[in-house]
Amino acid sequence: MHARITIEETALFADPAGALFWPATKTLIVADLHLEKGSAFAAKGVPLPPYDTRATLDALQRLIRRYTPARVVCLGDSFHDKDAGKRIAPNDRDHLARMIKGLDWVWVLGNHDPQIPPDLGGRVVPEIAEGKLILRHEPGGPVLAPGEIVGHFHPKACVVTKIGRVVAPCFTTDGRRMVMPAFGAYTGGLDTLDRAISGLFGRTRWRVLMTGRDNLHLFPAGRLEPVVRRAPKPGQE
Amino acid sequence: MTALPEPFASWLGRRGWRLRAHQAELLELGRAGKSALLVAPTGAGKTLAGFLPSLVDLAADPKAGLHTLYVSPLKALAIDVHRNVEKPIAEMDLPIRAESRTGDTPASKRARQRKAPPHILMTTPESLALLLSYPDARDFFAKLRVVIVDEIHALAGTKRGDLLSLGLARLADLAPQARRVGLSATVAEPPVLARFLASGLEAEPAIVMGAAGAKPQVTILVPEARIPWAGHTAVHALPEVYLALKAARAAIVFVNTRAQAEICFRELWKLNDDNLAIGLHHGSLAPEQRRKIEAAMAAGRLRAVVATSSLDLGIDWGDVDLVVQIGAPKGAARLLQRIGRANHRLDDPSRAILVPGNRFEMLECRAALAALDAHEIDAAPLPPGALDVLAQHLLGSACSEAFDETAIYEQVRRAAPYADLDRATFDRTLGFVADGGYALAAYERYKRLKRDESGKWIVATPLAQRQYRLNVGTIVETPMLNVAFRRGKRLGKVEENFVLGLEPGDTFGFAGQVLRYEGMRETTVEVSRAKDDQPRIPIYAGARMPFTAELAARVRGILADPAAWHDLPRDVKEWLTLQRRKSEMPGREGLLVETFPRHGKWFLIAYCFAGRNAHQTLGMLLTKRMEREGLRPLGFVASDYSIAVWSTRPVDRPSELFAEDMLGDDLEEWLADSSMLRRAFRNVAVIAGLIERRHPGEEKTGRQVTFSSDLIYDVLRKHEPDHILLRATRADAATGLIDLSRLAAMLRAARGKIRHRRLERVSPLAVPVLLEVGREAIYGEAIEDALADAAQAEALIADATQDDEHDDSQAELF
Repeated sequence: MHARITIEETALFADPAGALFWPATKTLIVADLHLEKGSAFAAKGVPLPPYDTRATLDALQRLIRRYTPARVVCLGDSFHDKDAGKRIAPNDRDHLARMIKGLDWVWVLGNHDPQIPPDLGGRVVPEIAEGKLILRHEPGGPVLAPGEIVGHFHPKACVVTKIGRVVAPCFTTDGRRMVMPAFGAYTGGLDTLDRAISGLFGRTRWRVLMTGRDNLHLFPAGRLEPVVRRAPKPGQE
Repeated sequence: MTALPEPFASWLGRRGWRLRAHQAELLELGRAGKSALLVAPTGAGKTLAGFLPSLVDLAADPKAGLHTLYVSPLKALAIDVHRNVEKPIAEMDLPIRAESRTGDTPASKRARQRKAPPHILMTTPESLALLLSYPDARDFFAKLRVVIVDEIHALAGTKRGDLLSLGLARLADLAPQARRVGLSATVAEPPVLARFLASGLEAEPAIVMGAAGAKPQVTILVPEARIPWAGHTAVHALPEVYLALKAARAAIVFVNTRAQAEICFRELWKLNDDNLAIGLHHGSLAPEQRRKIEAAMAAGRLRAVVATSSLDLGIDWGDVDLVVQIGAPKGAARLLQRIGRANHRLDDPSRAILVPGNRFEMLECRAALAALDAHEIDAAPLPPGALDVLAQHLLGSACSEAFDETAIYEQVRRAAPYADLDRATFDRTLGFVADGGYALAAYERYKRLKRDESGKWIVATPLAQRQYRLNVGTIVETPMLNVAFRRGKRLGKVEENFVLGLEPGDTFGFAGQVLRYEGMRETTVEVSRAKDDQPRIPIYAGARMPFTAELAARVRGILADPAAWHDLPRDVKEWLTLQRRKSEMPGREGLLVETFPRHGKWFLIAYCFAGRNAHQTLGMLLTKRMEREGLRPLGFVASDYSIAVWSTRPVDRPSELFAEDMLGDDLEEWLADSSMLRRAFRNVAVIAGLIERRHPGEEKTGRQVTFSSDLIYDVLRKHEPDHILLRATRADAATGLIDLSRLAAMLRAARGKIRHRRLERVSPLAVPVLLEVGREAIYGEAIEDALADAAQAEALIADATQDDEHDDSQAELF
């Protein structure tokens, strides 16, 4: 079940799979697909199962069926590296091309993929500013601007529950700006308590939507535990 | 009998020793070039028996080259044995060079050893695997005459044993002239070990049985205090234990877990008015701390040491005259090993005291004594060799020299654990090593192995070679963090998960003291000495000992036979008599199930006697099934003897609940998401070389990518559920933590023999399990529920529903 949220008064659905749907513009937004990460590791001698691209595309296909978007925005780091397009298996490539065809498919450029494999389709843009929202891969400044939605950081969060600590990818937001979770099958994460992410919200109070299998779960920042506990840095706390 | 040549005969005479029968027999077999397995109790002079033929041989002809390779399961033992072998060499001034080689040996020394091997080399299975992976392995082992495998009973049946057996099979090819000598403690089935030792050889080794030593004098301590219903630390009996330690010259106090070691050590010191030198020894302590304790013990400076299985194996401990076993022994073979640590001289009887921690353990100690009297030792069958270990070995072999796949398949099958390996499974394992072995979208271009001109397999890149060397071995530890005083000395290591649960200021018991958690500095847990006497956080449990099926059967036997109760302590006898009156005894066969209401809940107790791991799995499955039937299970708890489940509604027909088909769909469903299977997969993936071992200091350095094995597991399970690594994972699950094989056997045996007693209140026999710590909430795996629960506890509703009212609340939140 998705959650209805608003960012700068713009109504959005947050999906537990780690995606956003913007009903007013029929836009599905996903970040950090990291396609062909598995084969990138294989090239380095670590033969990870080569099914990550397929798993990611299947999950994306399910979302497209559910929300029937007119536009799909991939918020950067869509391909793991510059050679990913050469390594992608033909059937995965076909699958992706079929999805792209018939939709307004937008590749927002990320730091991993300065170029999108040619002939795939879709259009390439540095960012999207529309209504009150700005969709970018990386933040435009040290603090997120109102309406700014970014990927790049792969935020995850940790809470203590009755069965112990649970760590899961999360949306991090203060209601005016947001960092999206990574969508790719082999993407790890960075603790949203890390200054690299929490610092993006300046002095505002932010919270997370943690992704469960079927639902999202809301926690205020104060409720989170460090994913890996560190000694407090001087000046903090 | 063979006469011992000079200078050995006079050396023995000077020391006042005589050659024992089994030592002479091994000498004789050695002269004839035959392999042998020596099975003898601790203190029988096994080490000398093993090395004497080599020393005699080398003294007569000390030509250069590696003559004898000694493999031990412990680094410390390899080093200890090295010291012991140096003595006769020095005393007889023999021109023999003996050295040890382990992971701790400096690189320069290791390089020198490869260029100019010593006559005798002491090593571990991992170091042997590395030696076998070098391109010059064939030259290095060319002159090898003898391979000695020590404590072989502790290796066979484990993944380290699998690795060793594969190494032995390859050695048989590199050095066919080398004979084998196995040294083993008393075991139930020597032929099984003999076959293991013979891995790669045509002829089976002769089995030599050492004379049984004097019968050990073992007593069970019956304390003044009442015997508790539950708990394993036997704190109630420590005053008596302390008196026994005072009366002894030197004692080892064995406990079953590291947590118990910490508690026992602390409590003993509270009683220690005489300031006896009592030390502590367990696997989590820093090596330098352990070495210090070992040295103090060997030098006779300690009166007692509290220890876990870290001391089970045969390091020489000097003058120990008493062994105390705190808590139930869990298996007769283990008990025998531990008792043997007292009086390392064969002809004096070992003296041991068993100290049960609770009433069931009292029965278990009885059962163990009866097993010793009957000379019945638990026989663990050897499981088939693990495929992840095979994958590692194949990569290692390809690092050394090119191999033909059919020839190496035959070689692998000569390793005893892999005797039944079928060709298809072998091919798939080889396929995994070569290029990942994925059915679809295989990584043809990124092979780790390639075929050379003659069609043989060889390692493809220097990178793969390097990865193999970093990854060798089968011990995958959960990430451990160092514990140290701020700017002070290192105390040891604790599991990362334990530390993650701590808040600064929390106190916990470790290394025999109460410590205060200060915080993390990089990968070190910083602590200070706490002022409190009692730690606030109980230390993590550490590994538990498996409860053997043989001992379980004997405990059932005692319960079923009231005539055997007459000399039990009074409170235990009363407890059993009361059970007979209020309910019934579990009996030798079948399955007794009790149900009763208590505090508004319904309880079900099943006396399965299948060991805690199998019960834990059973608990997960039972509650899943009860959930489906609308019985609303709330939680369960498992002990070695029984399991208790509680629910909102009563169970009416336990026989349906316990039907064997529980191991079908329910199991699949549960296993798939089980954190235990995920952990098992992680180990398999590391051993097989799919993901790299985390090396200390490498963690989390900037953008360094550590791969979550969970992500790989999920993708693999979905897209290639019968991949060789998932098969290896399921094989691991059959034993060990999930213990499916034993659970299945229990359910099969119970079929049609379930006796259901509806009681009005809790039965006496049910009390101990209900007092066990570590209850499981049934949502153990339901992360979704737990998250929702936690989120609700914050009085926030995140699941936006479709109705508009909710929308308002969402708008407010954001």
